[in-house]
Amino acid sequence: MKAAPFDYVEAGSADEAVHLLGETGAEGAILAGGQTLMPLLALRMATPAVIVDINPAADLAGITSGEKGVRIGAATRQAAALTSPIVASHAPALTRAIAHVGHYQTRSRGTVGGSIALGEPAAEQPATAVAMGAMIELRSTRGARLVPARDFYLGSYLTARADDEVLVAVHFPQWPAGTQIVFHEVARRAGDFALVGLIMLFDVCDQKIARAGIGWFGMGPTPIAGLAAERALTGVALSDLDPRELARIALAEVEPADDLHASAHYRKTVATRLFERSIQTLGGRVAA
Amino acid sequence: MSVHFIEFELNGWTVEGTAEARRTLLDFIRVDAGCTGTHAGCEHGVCGACTVLVDGHPVRACLMLAVQANGKSVETVEGLARSSEELHPVQQLFREEFALQCGFCTPGFLMTLVAMDRLEPRPTGEEMRAALSGHLCRCTGYQGVLRVVERLAEQGK
Repeated sequence: MKAAPFDYVEAGSADEAVHLLGETGAEGAILAGGQTLMPLLALRMATPAVIVDINPAADLAGITSGEKGVRIGAATRQAAALTSPIVASHAPALTRAIAHVGHYQTRSRGTVGGSIALGEPAAEQPATAVAMGAMIELRSTRGARLVPARDFYLGSYLTARADDEVLVAVHFPQWPAGTQIVFHEVARRAGDFALVGLIMLFDVCDQKIARAGIGWFGMGPTPIAGLAAERALTGVALSDLDPRELARIALAEVEPADDLHASAHYRKTVATRLFERSIQTLGGRVAA
Repeated sequence: MSVHFIEFELNGWTVEGTAEARRTLLDFIRVDAGCTGTHAGCEHGVCGACTVLVDGHPVRACLMLAVQANGKSVETVEGLARSSEELHPVQQLFREEFALQCGFCTPGFLMTLVAMDRLEPRPTGEEMRAALSGHLCRCTGYQGVLRVVERLAEQGK
């Protein structure tokens, strides 16, 4: 349980992190909160030649709000985001999600950017970024770019981030006041990764769904946007919602696998019930 | 493989030494600083036995590199009791409520509850119970710890 040898360098700023990763490329690994990378190093599932520590980079941490939403610096601790009044008012869905991330003792180190950069398919924050339509800010010595979270997750632990790019921030758009948030997570123990996870946002206007955002976790090789379900929900009056038909559409978009903890059949059955019940609650047919 | 000179505060004392980049804070505390009260359980972030406070925040010492502690303040279970006669109030509650069996996990439980006990506003019993989900006890000695939480919550009111 000891890591293989590596070199360690500190990045004192975002610029330094970009330069250092530009030099190391695929041989380097960014160390943010370390709540995933450190276990991977201990288990020797990751053996980078160089660790670039971004914890000293003060300009990579911080939460700022603007007209369009909230920007969370990559090295912002989950504990800080969880208790941030700015996040609570501008992106309450993220506050809801982070309460389920790991444990008290891991949120004190774990970062928002680290989790979103990794894209663990059963994790809460990547799916929340997908559901909300967040934008991911990447920077390298070649320049900077913004990638929609919905285009970021390409496969199992495979993202659109190039080896020399540093994820510097995530922009969470503000949804209208009164947006209804649904968050479901079924796990064996508190703090475990989800067996089934679902986060949904509904902007309801004049008793109609003006816009829906849906993110699944633990339901496939990546966090999954419920695109077809969002389309099927948009513009529909609350009184006309058909929970069973909508759940059928939604479940066609996920592809959970069998594993040690739950079968694909179990995951689909639970997900169907959670989705149906959420739509029933939204339609006012069942008390929340 | 880089080697680093580090210096940090451990329970109020300055400790210094050299550490290979890959050395965890846990191993540095136990092996280099000789403070074996912090226990090495799973060594990959699952069990919580190695929880220490870094600048007041509970962290898993196996998930931090020793070099990352440079310049920081670290507290371990050895720093809790004022003397061999006077336990820390949270330790005293553990004793009164028989909140341990073999004691392997106890230093971790203590550090989390000590950190929460310092917070303002005081956390609720529910919040403390939720935080304890980050600690595993293989003797199933949770009931005693939960009695400690009840008493801490009562004191906080």
